[in-house]
This record gives sequence, structure tokens and C-alpha cells, in this order.
Amino acid sequence: MTGLGVRTENLTVRFSGVPALDGLDLRLAPDKIHGLLGRNGSGKSTFAATLAGFRKADDGRVLLDGGDLGDAREPYEDAIVTSRVCLIRESGDLVGSAQVKQVLGLAAALRPYWSEDLAGELLDKFEVPTGKRVQKLSRGKKSALGAVVGLASRAPLTIFDETYLGMDVPTRNLFYDALLADYAEVPRTIVLSTHLVSEVSALLEEVIILDEGRLVTQAPVDSLRGRGASIAGPAALVDELTADLAVLAEQRLGGTKSTTVLGDLDDTLLTKARSAGLEIGPVGLQELFVHLTGSKSAKESNR
Amino acid sequence: MFDDRSPIYLQIAEQIKNDIVTGALAEDEQVMSTNQYATFYRINPATAAKGFAQLVDEGVLYKKRGIGMFVSPNARELLRTGRRDSFFAEVVDPMIREARAIGVPLREVVHHIEKSAAEEPAGTKEAIAGQAEGGAS
Repeated sequence: MTGLGVRTENLTVRFSGVPALDGLDLRLAPDKIHGLLGRNGSGKSTFAATLAGFRKADDGRVLLDGGDLGDAREPYEDAIVTSRVCLIRESGDLVGSAQVKQVLGLAAALRPYWSEDLAGELLDKFEVPTGKRVQKLSRGKKSALGAVVGLASRAPLTIFDETYLGMDVPTRNLFYDALLADYAEVPRTIVLSTHLVSEVSALLEEVIILDEGRLVTQAPVDSLRGRGASIAGPAALVDELTADLAVLAEQRLGGTKSTTVLGDLDDTLLTKARSAGLEIGPVGLQELFVHLTGSKSAKESNR
Repeated sequence: MFDDRSPIYLQIAEQIKNDIVTGALAEDEQVMSTNQYATFYRINPATAAKGFAQLVDEGVLYKKRGIGMFVSPNARELLRTGRRDSFFAEVVDPMIREARAIGVPLREVVHHIEKSAAEEPAGTKEAIAGQAEGGAS
């Protein structure tokens, strides 16, 4: 089995006329772990739901291909495609009155690549009681059950939309470990939607950053690490050096200024900054994410 | 373990080099597979693979088809030479600057170093004596 590739063309979804996704054109390469990052209300969940066929595009379209699907197909109301796409939302989308084992039985019947062994192993790990009804489970155990269904489905496109919010830290770590171990064994396309950037970034290969329904950036995550820099020192000098750079944020304290910029700094600039006694520091991914999605001015300069 | 301020694959390569320089990883010893490494450190397998690939390119690791990756027989010497080349610029010069900034006379620094030199085993002495000539150039 191989994972599905995703392509969206001018994908637009509106709620009462207001766009939640606004003309997205992007591609997700198969067999990678993609991080879908954005603030609350940025369109992450709508995007995830549209990929899974839970929602129809108002304009444009979503196309999935590869794996055993062959030619590109739209997921909406296509039973073959949707059986190969597993979206696990925070609620788990589980039937409350059903027992855990019935939930698993249903998933086993619907999912062509279901692994009974993996499901059993993960239920033990997460200590989910199989005889209980879903509505009697704690929030953490419901999330864990969602994670079990999502992983054991081994769907060629698996999307976790904030699935792990209900979990405590040790349980989340169990989830990350289980995800990586099974992904290493059975590579597939995985999308992790989250705003816990610093916690999941090491798991990712690619990131997609959304803001207000638009694409801010899509890049290999390692290329974003170290892509930002902060330059600090006397305000006039800092301004002179950063005049031609993409400025993400500025902070002033008396005569001192710290400016955060995006992009690789060339050697001439670095030498100049060092000889002028300016301090240059790296910017972490989380901080970069905050700057890229935080202020209007930063967004404008990136479009 | 890894931070988000520089590419993780570079941090992985650095960490493995460190293990080789300190002798924690011996020459011709097998290193973890990229999948083992990825699950152990909780990082993406492709990121781990990129770090390992970089070390193969640099000649620090070599591949045995179907078995795994191993530390190159000359890896330790290769890395130590590389680090010696930058030792004075990256370690000693900043130390001298710091000593001057805080008012520690260099004579005291030299005295401190000589005290350590008197206590060190014979092997390291030669390495440093050899380097002193190179470093002065």
C-alpha cells in the first residue's frame, strides 16, 4: 500500500457567504507526515473535513490520487475514496451509545486496511476499556479511542484534527510514539492539524501554514528552522541593515531595537552586522509561526 | 533533545559526530537504523534519514547493503582534524576576548592551562603539541 497524494485547485468553502477556505491551491506529497498549522479559525478543520469528503467545496475542488485509487478522484460522496481517507476529529466522531468494541467492529468493516493486531495493541497501551459505552469514557479515553481507530485504520490518507487535545502529556507522547512506529512500518500520507507547533514539529516532514483561509506558506519543516533571524542593537543601525529584508516583527526598548526578519541572511550582511556589534540570533519555529500568522503587516509582506 | 532553531538533520549529524569524537561510538560500529533513531528520539524518519545521508556524504558513516550503517574506520581522526582546524578560532579566541572583557590577565589563563597540561596523559600531549604549530600559522 502507498499513501494518497492530495491536490486542491482554487478550493473555496464558505459559511453563510464568509470564506473559511479562500482559493487554496496546494499539493500534499504522498507518504509524508504533513503538519497543518494555523491559529483557531484559520480554516484547518474545514480543510481537513473537505479532504475527507465530509464537506463539499463551494468553488474549486479537491483531488486525491495514488495508492490503489489510480486516477485522481474527488472525495465527496465517493465511497471508495472515503473508505481510504480517515479523518479523526477531537470529538472522535464516535457513536456515544455504542460500546468501544462495536466502534472497533464498525471501523474494521469500513476500513480496507484495518489492522486488528495494531488496534488490540494500542487499546492496551492507551488502557481503553473495550466493554464500556463511548459516552461513559473520560475525555482523554475518548481521544485515545479516536487515535486507536485512526492509526489501526492504516488509511492511505490519515488526518488527525486536534485529536490529541483531550489527552494529557504522557498520553500524547504515547500517541506520537505509536504514530511514528506504525508510520515507519507502513508509510502513508498523514496530516496532523494542530496549533501545538513546538510539540509536534519534530514529527513532521512538511508544513502548511494557513491563516484566514489562505495559504501563508508550505515548506519542508527543516527549511523553516533557522529561516528567521533576530537582529538587535542600536535602533538606527538595525534599521539600516534590515531596510531591504522581510521584517516580521519589531521591538524597541529605549535606543535598542530588535527586529525579526525572514529569509537567509547573506554573508556581507552578517559580516557588517557583526563588525557593527549587532547581535544576531536564530528564531525558533514556534516563534516564526506566531509571527507569520500574528500580525496583518507580516502577512501582507508574505503574500 | 533537538531544538527548533536550526534544521534537525544538522543537529542529528552533529550529535553523531560528537559521539564518534568522544569515543561513545567506535569505528566500524553499527549505528541505529534511521527508523530506530526516529522512533527513539521522536522525530520524522525522513529527517533522520537526511542527517544520516549527510554523514555518509562526508565519509563519517558508510553503508553496508541490507545490513545498515557503520562508523567509517577513519571517522574519528577525520572529525578530530576538522575540529582542531577551528579550535583556536572558535574556542580559544573567544576565551581570550572574554578574559580581556572581564579583566582576567592572560598570564593567569596560561598558568591555569599549564596546570592542566601537567596532569594530562601522554597521548593528548602529542596531539596538542602537533596542533600548536598548526594553530600558530
